[in-house]
Amino acid sequence: MARQIGLSVERLEDPTLLRGGAKYLDDLSLPGQLHVAFLRSSHAHARILRLDVSQARALAGVHAIITMEDLEAYLGTVRMPLSASPTKAVAPITPYILSGREVAFVGEAIAMVLAQTRHIAEDAVDLIEIDYEPLPVIMSAKEAIADGAPKVRMEAANNVLNRMHVAYGDVNEAFSGAAYVFREDILQHRGCGHPMETRGVIAEPRMDGSLNVWSSTQMPHDIQTNIVEILGIDDNALRIITPEVGGGFGPKYCAYPEELSIPAAARMLGRTLKWVEDRREHCLTAVQERDQFWSLEIAVEADGRIRGIRGELIHDQGAYALKAVNLPYNSATAVPGPYMVPAFEMKVAIAFTNRVPASSVRGAGYPQAAFAMERLMDLVAKELGLDRAEIRRRNLIPPEKMPYTKPLKARSGAPVTYDSGDYIASQEQVLAAAGWNDFRARQAEALKQGRYIGIGLAHAVKGTGRGPFESGTVRVNPSGQVSIFTGAAAMGQGIRTTLAQICAEQLGLTADKISVVCGDTGLAPLGLGGFASRQLVTAGSTVLLASREVAKKAKKLASHMLEAAEEDLELVDGKVKVKGSDVGVTLGELARVLKGAPGYAFPPGLDPALESDVKWQTEALAYSNTSHVAEVEVDVDLASVKITRYIALQDVGVRVNPMIVEGQIRGGIAHGIGNALFEQMIYDETGQPLTTTFADYLLPTATEVPNFETIYRETPSPLNPLGAKGVGEVGTIPVTAAIISAIEDALAPFEIRIAQTPLLPETLFNLIEDSRARGLPHA
Amino acid sequence: MMKQISINVNGVTHTRSVEPRVSLGDFLRHEIGLTGTHFGCEHGVCGACTILVNGVSMRSCLMFAVQADGCKVETVEGLSHAGAPLHPLQQAFRDQHALQCGFCTPGMLMTLIELLSETNNPTEEEVRDAISGNICRCTGYQPIVEAAMQAAKAMREEKV
Repeated sequence: MARQIGLSVERLEDPTLLRGGAKYLDDLSLPGQLHVAFLRSSHAHARILRLDVSQARALAGVHAIITMEDLEAYLGTVRMPLSASPTKAVAPITPYILSGREVAFVGEAIAMVLAQTRHIAEDAVDLIEIDYEPLPVIMSAKEAIADGAPKVRMEAANNVLNRMHVAYGDVNEAFSGAAYVFREDILQHRGCGHPMETRGVIAEPRMDGSLNVWSSTQMPHDIQTNIVEILGIDDNALRIITPEVGGGFGPKYCAYPEELSIPAAARMLGRTLKWVEDRREHCLTAVQERDQFWSLEIAVEADGRIRGIRGELIHDQGAYALKAVNLPYNSATAVPGPYMVPAFEMKVAIAFTNRVPASSVRGAGYPQAAFAMERLMDLVAKELGLDRAEIRRRNLIPPEKMPYTKPLKARSGAPVTYDSGDYIASQEQVLAAAGWNDFRARQAEALKQGRYIGIGLAHAVKGTGRGPFESGTVRVNPSGQVSIFTGAAAMGQGIRTTLAQICAEQLGLTADKISVVCGDTGLAPLGLGGFASRQLVTAGSTVLLASREVAKKAKKLASHMLEAAEEDLELVDGKVKVKGSDVGVTLGELARVLKGAPGYAFPPGLDPALESDVKWQTEALAYSNTSHVAEVEVDVDLASVKITRYIALQDVGVRVNPMIVEGQIRGGIAHGIGNALFEQMIYDETGQPLTTTFADYLLPTATEVPNFETIYRETPSPLNPLGAKGVGEVGTIPVTAAIISAIEDALAPFEIRIAQTPLLPETLFNLIEDSRARGLPHA
Repeated sequence: MMKQISINVNGVTHTRSVEPRVSLGDFLRHEIGLTGTHFGCEHGVCGACTILVNGVSMRSCLMFAVQADGCKVETVEGLSHAGAPLHPLQQAFRDQHALQCGFCTPGMLMTLIELLSETNNPTEEEVRDAISGNICRCTGYQPIVEAAMQAAKAMREEKV
C-alpha cells in the first residue's frame, strides 16, 4: 500500500481554477432565466404603511414583482424554518421569506423583482413606492435587555431570545477562598465573513414538477429540508447543487430567505430565476459575528493558580435567528480553553437588536472565548508580577491528565473531553522558536531608539469534527476510475483532494485517479456539510472506512479470479496483484464483473458493485490545540500597528495533506489579523450600516499580513480512524489575543490596558492620548 | 440605446451591440462567456475582476465595455489552454498552494502578469505592493508572494 496520507499532493482542484474554467454560481446561465433583484428595507425598524409596485411592474422587461402577500397566498406561510436544528422553532424567531408588515433591520427583503436583466430588475426596484412608519430602533444588546426597552420586533414578547446558564464546581467557594480576585470588562466584535464570492441562488422548475436549485452554500442538505418543508415538494423532485464555491467562512452555513423565496417564485411562475448577491447585500444580509459584552472575574491562589472564573456575556443576535443559536454557547463554554479551571459560571443573555442576524464566522464564538481567557491570564500575570508564559504554564492542563474531561456539555450532550495533546510542551516549543526569553533585552534596546515593540502569547483549543455523521460512497467504475460521493461541502479548502488521498492510499492508487462529488443532494442525499472544522475528521473517516471495504471486496473477488489466497494479494498501481509476481487483475476489471451482466451470476459470497457506503458517526469532538506568539511594533504617533513576526504552533493531529493544512492555518491567521485590527461592521445610532463597501469595511491585504512561521506537533486523535483533528478554524482562534497582548506589551510605558477587538487605529490613538494626558510615559 | 463595439479578447475579435451601461467585466462574462474574470465587489476595491487592457491592468467592473471599443483585452483564459501546460505563473500558484477557493485567483494572476512584464526580478516587497489591491480571504497572501517569486525565477531562466 503506497503512502498517500501525509504527502503534500498537488490539488486536484487547481488546474481548472487557475485557467478560469471553474463554474461558480454566477458563471451558470440557464435558458430563459430571469434575473432577480430585491427591494430591501432602508429602515432598521419600521412598519410598512404602503407598498405600490405598479410603476415598477410597468417597466419594460419586468416580468413580475412578488411581495409577501403573493408568497403567503402561494405558500400558506412566509416564515423561515429554523435551520441546523433537530426540532422546529417554537417561538417566532426566524426571519420572513419576504417581509411585508414590519421590518426589523436594514436590508430585510420586502419584494422581489423578476426581470429580463439584472439592470432592469434593479431599475424596477427603484420604482417601487414604499411608505414606512419608523419605529424605535435598538442597536445595543445591553440596552435591548434593559427593563422597559422598546421592542426590536413588535411580534416578540421581549428582546431576549434566550438566557443560558453554564456552570460547574463550587464557584462561591472558589471566590470566597481566593487570594486574589481580578475583574475585566471586554467588548468583542468580529464583523462579516466576506468570502470573495458572495451568495447566490438559481432555481429551475421543470415541466414534470421537479426543481433544481443551485446555491453557493456550505449546507445544501439543510436547504433541501427547508425547501421541502416550505414548498411541500416531493423530496425526490428536488435537487440542490453547489457549484464551485468561492469561499464560505461561515456566512454560507445558513439557509437564507433568498434560498426559499427564489425557488418559491420560480415554481409559482414556472420560470428559471437567478439571483447573485452583490457586496452591499452581503454586508446587509449575510450573517455576522457582532458585539459581545463580557464581564468577567477570575479568582486565583497566591501563586496564580486559577480557582474559578465567573461572568456574564451579552450577545447581539440581531433581529432574528436563522438557525439554532450556537455562537454564545460556544463562546461561554470555550472560556476555560486549555486551562484547569475548577469552578466556572457564565450567565449568557442573547439579545435581539435591529441588525442583521448573527451566526458563525470562521471560529464561531471560540475566538471571543480565547480572547477573554487570554486577557484574564495577562491580567493575572500583570497583577502578580509574573511572566505571561509562567502564569500559563502553571494553569495549562498537563499531558498526564489527558484525556481531560471538563464538567461541561457539548451540544451533543456528551461531556467536553479533550482527547489528546501536550499543551505545556506546545508552549515551550513556540516560546523557544520565538526567542521569548531574549525579548526583554531586544525590547529595551528598541525603546532606547524610541521604538515600541512588544510580544504576545496566546493559546486556544478547538473542538473539531462535529457529528453526528458524514456520508460517503466510494465506487470503482469499470473504467478503473474511482468516484467518491459525499455530503461534505467543498468551499475552496481542498477537501476533494484530501478525500481522494485517503481513498487512494487504501486502493493502491494516486489521488488523480479519483474524482470526488461534493454538495449535490441528488448524488449524495444525506449529509451535513461544511462547518466547525469537521469534514476531514467526519468525511475523512467515512471515506477511509469505505475505501477499506472496497479494497477488501476487490481482494475477495480477485482471489476467485486469480485463484490465490486473499492474504497473498495486494493493491498496487490500480491492480490487485499476487504479492511478488506480475499476476494481477485491474480494479476496472473487477468493477466490470461486479457491475453485473444479464443473467451471469456473481462469484460466491460477492454482492453487486465494487463500492461501499459508510456514514461514520461521532458524538465526541477531536480537540486541536494551538499556541501563537506575535511580535509587533507600534508607531505611537500614528497609532499604527505593524506585525513584525508571527509564530504559530498547531497540533491538528495527523495531517493528511500538510500543504493544505498549512494553507488553512495561514488563511486562518490572516482572518484573525482582520479581527484584531481592521474588521468592524459599523452602524449609526439609527441602525444604518456605514461599512457596506470594501473601502469602508477593511479586510487585511498583502501589505498588512506578514509571513508566518508555522510549527506542527502531531498528536493523533484517538477518536477517529484517521487520527485527524480539524484545522479550518484553528489558525484564527488565538490571533486576536496574541496580537492585542503584543500591542499592550509594546505600550507598557503608556500603561494601556486593551479590552476590545477590533482595535481600530482611532481607538488605539485615543488610548495613547489618554495616557499622555496622564503624564505617561514617564520621562 | 445600443452601441456596436469590437473588442479583441485573447486574440479573438468580438463584435457586439451593447448597452452603454454594461461593464467590461459583464461583457466578458455574460456577452462572450469568458467567466474566468470574477466580480467580488463591483466597486473597484477587491481586484478579482482585474484584466489587462492594452497591456495595462484594469478593474473590469469600473470600465464600461464601450470604453474598450477597439482595445486589446487579456484575461485569465488567455494564459494557457486546457491540455497545454500551465503558464509558469499558474504552475507556481499550484506549486506554492497560492489558491484555495480560486475566486480571487484570476485577478491575482493578471495583476502579477503585469508586474512580471515590468520586472523579471521583483523583490518580495514589490510583489506585496503590486497585489495590495487584490483581496484574498483564503491564503494569507504569503504563498501568492512565494508563487510570484517562483514564477519570476522560472521566467528569467526561460529567457536565458
